[in-house]
Amino acid sequence: MDWLTLSDAEWTAIRLSLLVSTVAVAASLPFGVLAALALSRGSFWGKSLLNGIVHLPLILPPVVTGFLLLILFGRKGPIGAFLDEYLGIVLAFRWTGAALACAVMGFPLLVRSIRLSLDTVDRKLEDAAGTLGANRAWVFVTVTLPLILPGIIAGMILSFAKAMGEFGATITFVSNIPGETQTLSAAIYTFTQVPGGDAGAMRLTIVAIIISMAALLASEFMAHAVGKRVHFE
Amino acid sequence: MTLSVEIRHRLGNFRLDADFTSEGGVTALFGRSGSGKTSLLRAIAGLVRPDEGRIVLGGDILVDTKRKIFVPKHKRRFGYVFQEARLFPHLSVRGNLTYGRWFAPRGIEPAGFDHVVGLLGIGALLDRRPANLSGGEKQRVAIGRALLSAPRMLLMDEPLAALDEERKAEILPYLERLRDETKVPIVYVSHAVHEVARLADRVVLLNDGRVEAIGAVSEVLSSPLLAATVDRREAGSVLTGTVAAVDRPHRIATVRLNARELHVPNTDIEAGKPVRVHIPARDVMLSTGKPEGLSALNILEGTIATITPDGEGMITVEVDCGGDAVHARITALSGERLQLHPGKTIFAIIKTVALDTR
Repeated sequence: MDWLTLSDAEWTAIRLSLLVSTVAVAASLPFGVLAALALSRGSFWGKSLLNGIVHLPLILPPVVTGFLLLILFGRKGPIGAFLDEYLGIVLAFRWTGAALACAVMGFPLLVRSIRLSLDTVDRKLEDAAGTLGANRAWVFVTVTLPLILPGIIAGMILSFAKAMGEFGATITFVSNIPGETQTLSAAIYTFTQVPGGDAGAMRLTIVAIIISMAALLASEFMAHAVGKRVHFE
Repeated sequence: MTLSVEIRHRLGNFRLDADFTSEGGVTALFGRSGSGKTSLLRAIAGLVRPDEGRIVLGGDILVDTKRKIFVPKHKRRFGYVFQEARLFPHLSVRGNLTYGRWFAPRGIEPAGFDHVVGLLGIGALLDRRPANLSGGEKQRVAIGRALLSAPRMLLMDEPLAALDEERKAEILPYLERLRDETKVPIVYVSHAVHEVARLADRVVLLNDGRVEAIGAVSEVLSSPLLAATVDRREAGSVLTGTVAAVDRPHRIATVRLNARELHVPNTDIEAGKPVRVHIPARDVMLSTGKPEGLSALNILEGTIATITPDGEGMITVEVDCGGDAVHARITALSGERLQLHPGKTIFAIIKTVALDTR
C-alpha cells in the first residue's frame, strides 16, 4: 500500500487548494451578497450590464478569463500596478492570485444562488419588520438574511466546488508554481504530463473525490438544518 | 392622543383625498373594497409616501409634504396588524412577539409580555413555529407582536378578512378585550358592518377615496348613505340600549332602547350592561297592520320617516320607533302595494338582531 502514501509536495498541493478555495469563497461572499442585492432589488441604469459582467466568467472560456485577469491584475496591468504601488499587494503568480481567479470563476454561481433566494423573500415581511421599528439595516440582518441563508449556503458550496476544480483561469493567471500556485487540479495535470506520474495523479484524484463528497454531504446537512428552521408560510 | 390625517394621493386612476381626525379609542375606516381604506392606513403607517398632505399624531408631525417632512415607518411607532399575519417564519412565536422590543425606544416600557400573552390567549403557543399555527392563532400572535413593540397607536388592516367565520368569532372577543384593557388607540380598517358595530367608537365612512361621513358608530352605520357606499347586504341600523333582563331558561336577553324593547338570543350577558344591536335592513319586514301569529320575537311599531329608492327596484324605509331608527330594505313593488309614505304608522318585523356587548 506504499503507493497510497502522499508525498510532501502532494500534501502541499492539497493544503494550497483548500486554502485558495476557502479564501476565494470567504472574500467573494460580501461582494456576492451586494451584487445579488443590487440585481434583485435595485433598479438603476446599467443593471443589465452588471448582470452581464457578473455572469461573464460562466460563459467565457476559463483561459480567456485568466488572460483578462493577467492583463488587469498583472504587475503592469492597471489594477495590478495600483495594488502593488499603493497597497503592496501582488497577485500575479502568488496563491492570492489563484484565490482571485477562483473567486471570479465562482462568483456567478454564488450571486445566482443568493439572488434566487432573495427573489423569493416576501417583501411584506420586511415591511412588517419596518413597522415594528427596525431600520433597513436591521431588517436585512434580522429578517432578510435568515430567510436567504439556505441560498447563501448553497451558493458558497457551489463556489467552493468551482474553486476546487478551477484550472484554466488559474493556470493562465498565476501559472503552475509548486508550493505557491500549484493547486490540486494543476498538480494532477502536472503528474499526467510526466512519465510514471500515474500513481501520483491517482492519489490526488482519490483525495479530490473525498473532498468533493465531503463538501456535498456538508451542504446537504446544512441545507437540511437550515431548512428545518426556515419554514415558509 | 389626536391623530389628524389629511392626504391627497394618486394611485393610477384612483385618487385618495381624505381628511379625518381620531381622538383615541377605536376609529374604524369603513367602506367597500377599493374605497381607499387600506391605502389611507398604509400612508399613516409610512408604508406609502403620499403625494400631498399632513399626518400629525399628538403634535408630532409625521408627514408634511409642504415642509418636506417624512418620518420613515420604523420611527413612527405604529403597530401594524396586516390582513395576513406576516409572522417571521424563521422565528418562534416567542421570537416574533419580542421582535419589536429590540427597537422600542429606551425608557418606554412596552406592555408587559405576560399580560399581552394572557390577553390574547397565546401562552401555549410560545415555542411553536408560525408554520404550525392556525389562521386565527397566527393573527392573534400578529396582534401581540404589534402590541409588544410599544406602539403609540395600533393600525389594523382588516385583521379578520382572511379568516373564516369561525376564526373571526374566535378573535373578535380578543379584540374587544384589547380595546377595553389597553389604552392604545386603534385605527381599524374593515368593510364588515358587524365588526365595526362591535368594535368601533367612531366611524370614518370612505367611498371612492373620499370621506363621506364621520361620526359615532350608530349615526354613521345607520345613515342612508351607507346603503350607497357599502355592500347592500351589510346595510342596516345600529342601535344602542341597555340589557333590561335576561331570561336564562329561554336564553333570551331583553334590550331596552329609547322607547321600545328588543328580545335577543344571548345568555352570556348581565342585566344593566350597555349594548349595541345591529339589525340588517334586509332582515326587516314591514306590515301596515299589527301582525298576529308570527314567530318573530320583535315587532316594533313606528312611523315612516323617510323612503330612499336605490334605483334597482329596492327601497330603504327608515322607521322611527320611538326615537330609534330602524331600516327596512324591501322591494319598491311592496312599497307601492302597501302605499307607504312618510308619516304612516307601520310595524317593523325584525327577523334577526345581532347583539354586541359594549
